[in-house]
Amino acid sequence: MCALRGPVCSFLTRLRRILRIVSERTIVSLIFLCGVSAVIFVFGIFFFVFREGAPFLRHGFDAKEFFLSPDWYPTSATNKRYGILAQLIGTGTVTLVAMLVAVPFSLGAGIFIAEFCGKKTREIMKILIELLAAIPSVVWGFIGLMVMNPLIIWLTGAPIGLNVLNAGVIVGLMSVPIIVTIAEDAIRAVPDTYIEAAEALGATRWQLVRKVILPAAKSGLLAAVLLGVGRAVGETMAVLMCTGHSINIPFDGKAPFFHVLDSVRTLTATIAAEMGEAPRLEVNADGTFPAEALHYQSLFVIGIVLFAVTFVINVTADLIVKGIRKRK
Amino acid sequence: MKNHGNTKNLFAATELINKKLRAQRIVKWIFGLMSVAILIPLVGLTTCLIIRAWPSLTWDFLTDVPKQGMRSGGIWSALVGTMYTVTFSLLVAVPVGVMAGIYLNEYARDNWFTRIVNLAVVNLAGVPSIVHALFGLGAFVVFAGLGKSILSASLTLAIMTLPVIIVSTKEALLAVPLTFRMACWNLGASRWQTIRTIVLPNSIGGILTGIILQVCRAAGETAPIMFTGAVFYKAVQRGDLFPYKPTEQFMALSYHLHTISTQVPGVPESMLYATAVVLLGFVLAFNTIAIVLRTRIRNRKKW
Amino acid sequence: MKNWKQELIKCVMAASMAVSLFGCKGEKGASGPQKVVISNSGSDTMVNLAQMWAEEYQKIKPEVSVEVAGGGSGVGIRDLIQGIVDIANCSRDLTDAEKEQAKRNTGKEPVEWIVGYDALAVYVHKSNPVESLTLEQLASVYAEGGPVDKWSQLNIDMKAAGGNDEIVRVSRQNSSGTYFYFREVVLGNKDYKPGSRDMSGSKDVVELVGKTIGAIGYSGMGYVTDAVKFVKLSAGEGKPAYEPSLENVAAGHYPLARSLLMYTDGQPQGAAKEYIEWILSPAGQEIVKKAGYIPVAASGK
Repeated sequence: MCALRGPVCSFLTRLRRILRIVSERTIVSLIFLCGVSAVIFVFGIFFFVFREGAPFLRHGFDAKEFFLSPDWYPTSATNKRYGILAQLIGTGTVTLVAMLVAVPFSLGAGIFIAEFCGKKTREIMKILIELLAAIPSVVWGFIGLMVMNPLIIWLTGAPIGLNVLNAGVIVGLMSVPIIVTIAEDAIRAVPDTYIEAAEALGATRWQLVRKVILPAAKSGLLAAVLLGVGRAVGETMAVLMCTGHSINIPFDGKAPFFHVLDSVRTLTATIAAEMGEAPRLEVNADGTFPAEALHYQSLFVIGIVLFAVTFVINVTADLIVKGIRKRK
Repeated sequence: MKNHGNTKNLFAATELINKKLRAQRIVKWIFGLMSVAILIPLVGLTTCLIIRAWPSLTWDFLTDVPKQGMRSGGIWSALVGTMYTVTFSLLVAVPVGVMAGIYLNEYARDNWFTRIVNLAVVNLAGVPSIVHALFGLGAFVVFAGLGKSILSASLTLAIMTLPVIIVSTKEALLAVPLTFRMACWNLGASRWQTIRTIVLPNSIGGILTGIILQVCRAAGETAPIMFTGAVFYKAVQRGDLFPYKPTEQFMALSYHLHTISTQVPGVPESMLYATAVVLLGFVLAFNTIAIVLRTRIRNRKKW
Repeated sequence: MKNWKQELIKCVMAASMAVSLFGCKGEKGASGPQKVVISNSGSDTMVNLAQMWAEEYQKIKPEVSVEVAGGGSGVGIRDLIQGIVDIANCSRDLTDAEKEQAKRNTGKEPVEWIVGYDALAVYVHKSNPVESLTLEQLASVYAEGGPVDKWSQLNIDMKAAGGNDEIVRVSRQNSSGTYFYFREVVLGNKDYKPGSRDMSGSKDVVELVGKTIGAIGYSGMGYVTDAVKFVKLSAGEGKPAYEPSLENVAAGHYPLARSLLMYTDGQPQGAAKEYIEWILSPAGQEIVKKAGYIPVAASGK
């Protein structure tokens, strides 16, 4: 730019140019800094959650007990035990029921929006689904508590309406929007040439969907379901209010094996309910922690587990989606 | 089936085709019903909530502070608290998020580093809100020494909602045709000048949409503010617009809904529902604004 | 383009004006006639009482704003240890370890104030035929290894009430003061049986019992609603059973009476001191009664 104007730049314009270059450099480096902020924050999240949980990992942590024992007594007077098996299963069952509710409906809706309806209907549907996604989780929890609870007692005769079914339905509804959106994207990302080829052969729309689009969009639909699972695993307030919050494994040897009307507790709800009260105690003079401090730290370790699980789910889903984009 | 005479119409539907078309119609109906089924809760629940909340939904409910052990009065203190956290989180999230979006769309090259940044954005959006809460507690409340305060809560919310702004900024910038930039570069403008004068003005609407969505998200979240500053009750004067200092704890609408529905005895049911409706209404209204804005921009586009 | 720039400038100006207005207002609020904030956090049992005190105090002293955080006794104690709260509400005593930590962290010995009494009530659904229980029966329902999980084992016929024979045990989350107190007094410090519904609020417990015919739960007596009823408790087999009430607690009959405590780091100063004095005054104690608890004077302790 300067070269264009030649060497006759006056001192003033030169100064202005230097200033501009300097300020431009500052802005560009600022932009770079903000650009990588997401990376910094993700590391920050891991670092700080790990930092608070670390003393427990060093002292009271026994991986076998932690993951395989259902005894969660972090504040016991006699025998403190830290086992999260029941919470793991609770999260698992709620997610399972949520997906049983959400996946068929979401995929159906995704296919409908992408392939079977007109442009206007599509727009309206997408807007409504976006609004569905906007409902805050505490409002969902409130609905589970006030509306679903009596409804389930009335319909099933269960002793209590706060259970896997209630939370599963609520969380399922919450994960519908993300599954629909990603599934629709995946379906529309199927190359037009495939569709044109099938249409040229005289396929009906349903044949097209079943024989061409679904197989081609398979991995994208998988990514959609995975993201739905991620959403369900991470849900906090709604499950805190709807699961009944009970350390309980809803399986036994008797007839239906899986009792969908049992109350359970999830990992997220455990943190939400107990973190507020778990004292963050300082290290003793001799470098050990008082026994009461382990509760706070163990909750952070649960946080690490959650972080790891959702991290794996998100990365997998993202890789799948990326793969599709590239192919397209 | 019309033609079973001697004259053979090659384009007539055969039995087989009709069968297939019937199958298609049935499938279409099933999928259509499924789509409607997932939207029933949205409409049904909203109506149900509004009907039950109706007796309490008055102007006084919005502008009055909680009274008589939070059993009567309104939600002013919580409403203002939510506005505070949303505003503060906006002040942090908007500059950082928009610049991150600019970086990712305008500066970043297609290499492994950019892929990692993108992955980080996706993950930031996917981390459970309760883990964000733990992070806020560990980083801002304890480590940075901000204590439980509006600042800690807002920063936690800002980081949590950052991906919303980054992604929508990125998309808005992506929608500006490359030819615009090329024309500008050819006039001798630098990258930043191009962005400032050509790219940003042409994508401001999309960015604004992202900001509005961020507001929605920040207003509705409960878990991240639970341990970072939200309180059960704070004495506030009715209609006071500035009851909190940034270093103080605060009441928030989402947390207020949680506490009055799980901790305060004897709250009239309509008040519970009304609080839920106000929160829901706030979020849905902002979302609608974002949608309308986006649609108008899309329709007005000149290229 | 120019248009856009003007718009942006307008926006920025509006924003900065808002910010400066906000800043001014904030300063004025700070430098005005000593706006004081008393922070008060802790016990879930006491949070409504604390809220009512805070609300009433605002009327007497508008310049003092009391912020009340619930969450549970553990919250208050943690904040007390970190020295970031003026007054901590507790429905249990501080442990020695906690006192030690608080002293080391803040350099001050925590001071205890008894501000009222509560009877921990045992609730059942109003159509449940059960009248009274002994503490041992309660322990066999709640404690780990306790044999009772059906109403019929307590000789109560739930069929008539239209409910399920299964006892739905409603408990509190494992760090609440109420949880600790119940464990100490009723279970003799044994652990709870797994599978109880651990609610995170005192009201949650009563609400759930009110909606579930076969449920039993424990919570502060102030949380009673129309959908539930108290169970009379007796200290042992053959001893008389008492309902949680002002008289029974005052006379020392009811077995699950506990003090409602406030803790401060050292002797309170200034506004916090005045606040506690007001709480202990007749006006403050009147509110204790209104909230459904027992004032200090009435208990005769």
